[in-house]
Amino acid sequence: MDHFPTNWGRPRNDGFDAYGTYPIAQRPYNGLGNDVFSEGVQRTQQPIVTGTSVLAIKYKDGVMMSADNLASYGSLARFKDVQRLHPVGNNTIIGAGGDMSDFQYIQALLDDLMVEEFTEQDGHALGPGEIHEYLSQVMYARRSKMDPLWNSLIVGGVQDGKRFLSYVDLLGTTYSASTLATGYGSYIAQPLLRKAVEGNEDVITEEEAVKILEQSMKVLFYRDARSLNKYQIAKITGDGVAISESRSVDTHWSFADGIRGYGAQTQ
Amino acid sequence: MTSIGTGYDLSASTYSPDGRIFQVEYANKAVENSGQDLSHSTAIGLRVKDGIILAVEKLVHSKLLIPEANRRIQTLDRHLGLATAGLLADGRQLANRARDESANFRDSFRSPAPVKYIADRLGSYIQVYTLYSSVRPFGISTIIGGVDQNGPSLFVIEPSGVFFGYHGAAVGKGRQLAKTELEKLKLSDLSMRQAVLEAARIIYLVHDDSKEKTFELEMSWVGNDTNGLHVPVPKDLLSEAEQKAKAALEDFE
Repeated sequence: MDHFPTNWGRPRNDGFDAYGTYPIAQRPYNGLGNDVFSEGVQRTQQPIVTGTSVLAIKYKDGVMMSADNLASYGSLARFKDVQRLHPVGNNTIIGAGGDMSDFQYIQALLDDLMVEEFTEQDGHALGPGEIHEYLSQVMYARRSKMDPLWNSLIVGGVQDGKRFLSYVDLLGTTYSASTLATGYGSYIAQPLLRKAVEGNEDVITEEEAVKILEQSMKVLFYRDARSLNKYQIAKITGDGVAISESRSVDTHWSFADGIRGYGAQTQ
Repeated sequence: MTSIGTGYDLSASTYSPDGRIFQVEYANKAVENSGQDLSHSTAIGLRVKDGIILAVEKLVHSKLLIPEANRRIQTLDRHLGLATAGLLADGRQLANRARDESANFRDSFRSPAPVKYIADRLGSYIQVYTLYSSVRPFGISTIIGGVDQNGPSLFVIEPSGVFFGYHGAAVGKGRQLAKTELEKLKLSDLSMRQAVLEAARIIYLVHDDSKEKTFELEMSWVGNDTNGLHVPVPKDLLSEAEQKAKAALEDFE
């Protein structure tokens, strides 16, 4: 019971020990230097609506990337028409896994950046290299504020006739390779992509590249419980950017009949 | 201006007894004047069926300047362009402000800003500089043009902060002659290419040869022909327009 009538009906300050119930040395201190919000400020500590893997490979004419159209809410397949491949300028595409609202924020950020560059009217446009560098700086700055943008991003494109393919994630970590995959795809699809692509970057035709990605998307759909059999493929060549309509692959589930946990259970 | 020297022209925050603000009127004079930091030139804007054309007569005050450098038409956003007559630096400052306004609109509403909104914001911004004795009104007349959801639109903002929408606009030294030429055109029927040719012709016509200063024609456009982007008129079309303008000028004389 609070014996001070002026406090009645007001919020209680548990930090203040009105009755001296603690020994002096252990009394809570609320003065300067003790930030009462230090434990109360909440940053993004987990993604909410998430996209799963993005796959990307280099091939003869440029770079090809794929991602499905699903945005999950936990394990619920919540949104099935989300585009996770996003063109930036005329020769860059970014693909995003992770938190979709953070990804939308990144899209807006990049749009502002592109407008700013456009208004310079100096004949220079940002290519995939600059966009990737910018993103890596943003991602690292945010993780250093303990407030990361919860994504793994793949930036692909063609710049000065050269293919560009690079990765950046919520920690600001970056790397490049001729095949890249985010999320579950980095475990399941990356070995398949490496086997198909490494050493053959200058040989693989557009049709072959599509086949390689289709095969990996299919395997991911079988194995990744947060995936969807509805995905898009984007290609970036010297001629620019093209993102396909949503498509799907044929799958067969008859093998699952007798496996407990797959189909309707009889017992 | 009989009231000059009576003390009412020392501050933009004081009316004269007959209700005028002299500093704003002087700012209008600055729009026409010459000098190195002033443009001493004319800018026009045409609003046609599916786009906007902006053109300026850019006087070259030194032969040491790099041709086509120091552009006078500025891009505010993908779909917005701005041309000024008057103090060059004031034009730059206004364009920077306009870019901020446009970016803020984009961030707030996730869509490109309407031309009228930007004209309104810039008008208010310029007007504030007519209220205080500590600041100087803008020495520029501004043409702002662009294409938004409602199609092409074109506005002129004066140093007082007022703005009006136009089919054809002219500001700066040769604006009177340019306006009479614009009035002869059937603007709503012109294609963007035709309008580029007319704009070039008008700029060549209003250029004052007597001052021995050469000039560059600078033109930009935004509309269906440019996918809604505000970009400089391409080189081949620009030189074609210049040739035809010169030919038309010889016929005229």
